[in-house]
Amino acid sequence: MDTILFFIFAIIAVVCGLNLVLQKHPISSALSLIGVMGSLAVLYLMLGAEFLAAAQVIVYAGAIMVLFVFVIMLLNAGSEKPGGKSWFAQIAGIPLLLAFIAVMGFVIETFLPALRSVRFGSFAGGTAREIGRVLFTEYLLPFEVTSVLILIAILGAVVLARKEID
Amino acid sequence: MTFIVVSLIKIAIVMAFFMTVLAYLQWIERKVLSHIQLRVGPRRVGPHGLLQPLADTLKLFLKEDLMPAHVNRFLYRLAPAVAVFLCLLSVAVFPFGPEIEIFGVRTQMQITDLNIGILFVLAVTSVGVYGIAIGGWASNNKYSLMGGLRSAAQMISYELPMGLAIIAPLLMLNSLSFREMVNNQAGYSLGFIPRWTVFQYPFPQVFGFIIYLIAAFAETNRIPFDLPEAENELVAGYHTEYSSMKFAGYFMAEYANMTTVCCIAALLFLGGWHPLFPAPYSNLVPVVVFVVVAALAFFHGLQPARKWDNITFPIVGVIALILAGLFFVPVLNTILIPIFWFLSKVGLLLFVFIWVRGTLPRFRYDQLMRFAWTFLFPVALINLLVTGLLVAVTTGH
Repeated sequence: MDTILFFIFAIIAVVCGLNLVLQKHPISSALSLIGVMGSLAVLYLMLGAEFLAAAQVIVYAGAIMVLFVFVIMLLNAGSEKPGGKSWFAQIAGIPLLLAFIAVMGFVIETFLPALRSVRFGSFAGGTAREIGRVLFTEYLLPFEVTSVLILIAILGAVVLARKEID
Repeated sequence: MTFIVVSLIKIAIVMAFFMTVLAYLQWIERKVLSHIQLRVGPRRVGPHGLLQPLADTLKLFLKEDLMPAHVNRFLYRLAPAVAVFLCLLSVAVFPFGPEIEIFGVRTQMQITDLNIGILFVLAVTSVGVYGIAIGGWASNNKYSLMGGLRSAAQMISYELPMGLAIIAPLLMLNSLSFREMVNNQAGYSLGFIPRWTVFQYPFPQVFGFIIYLIAAFAETNRIPFDLPEAENELVAGYHTEYSSMKFAGYFMAEYANMTTVCCIAALLFLGGWHPLFPAPYSNLVPVVVFVVVAALAFFHGLQPARKWDNITFPIVGVIALILAGLFFVPVLNTILIPIFWFLSKVGLLLFVFIWVRGTLPRFRYDQLMRFAWTFLFPVALINLLVTGLLVAVTTGH
């Protein structure tokens, strides 16, 4: 049952990911991205990370992507026009992609520790209680620093927007 | 195996009930609104217009399904489906009563109890905006687009105070599962004040409840925040181009969302199925209510103001008496009494929604945004901080 569900949602995620790149219209791409995020949330849920799954949907699919879609709708962005093909991409594209895959495979094989096989739902630290405890004890400093970083980004955006109006 | 069968039965019962409520909510709204405005409302189809929802549904089924030119066909079809699917999803995690035993099977009066119930509902409602936004965009119509944009902006803005208002009672109830949250609101302080979060020590969530209700009005696009479908500016807003069953989908989604937010308010703030009075008295309340309804119906049946009143009102009275009698049947009353209390809270909140629609004018768009960001959001934040502080001080860790 878990394996079947895993394959269904993994395939949905990959298909939506490909669709995101291949679609010409920005709003179709944005909706594909929502599909990717939704199926990733289901995969998290199957692994036992229930809080992360909910946060993924609430924050990414529900808040950030709504803003993306909002901006696309507001600007009424049309379809992309295919640009002129660069000679560099035509010659070096496929070799570079193969080289990248090879390097990634090598890094994963040699540097990462041997991984145990994953069991669905075996992870116990994914409840809201556990995540809250870890965030406010072990990872308190990174957590607070991240929030300050986001605040700085918001202030920066406000300053830039104000300059435009004056 | 029993689990699957029991779950299927529960889903069937809840869905059948929910759908009927949605259909009749529209009838109730039209009746209440018309009485507020000194009219009679629908009364042609069936006695007191009771068959009106059926006639409306039939009409929408049989209407031609127009596909306007120049729309994005895929997204135009997808949007109402998304809206309907998402608005029916969250009812799966609402508990209607305690654990019960029927024919030797112990089960919860709830489709499923998630550990992250409230987060699930928040996730579903936060994604729910796509149904409206995409529908407005795909229609390729300036009014629809404006409606979709307004809806997206409004829902993002009001989700913040709504989320903050929800977190404050969660701090006091110490759980994310709806069942545990309602169980933590059981009992009475001083013997008569129910321990619902609106009354609960250390910080009664009165402000939280009001903030939640205001944000809920905006989240469901209801008057006074129904800017996405403001008819004197935008024709019908995001669903201008929709007809037939696709329009019915949006219509149903609005009422389903309204019911959902009222259920959340009842579960989080008003103690779910826990009664207002301590046990021996509270079990008599439903009987008294139905007997009073029956008495009123018989009284009006004896003095008919309209043509068929001497027949229809006694029928209503007999039905009310039968309902009152059901509360004396031994196994049934353990199921019916919690459901009565839960539904009466949800019904009261739904009535407030309709009442406000009949009372208040619409906000202007800039007022709507200013109200959310400069008033509601700070107040929700202060409410959360005070609650957090008092909970930390009183529990001592």
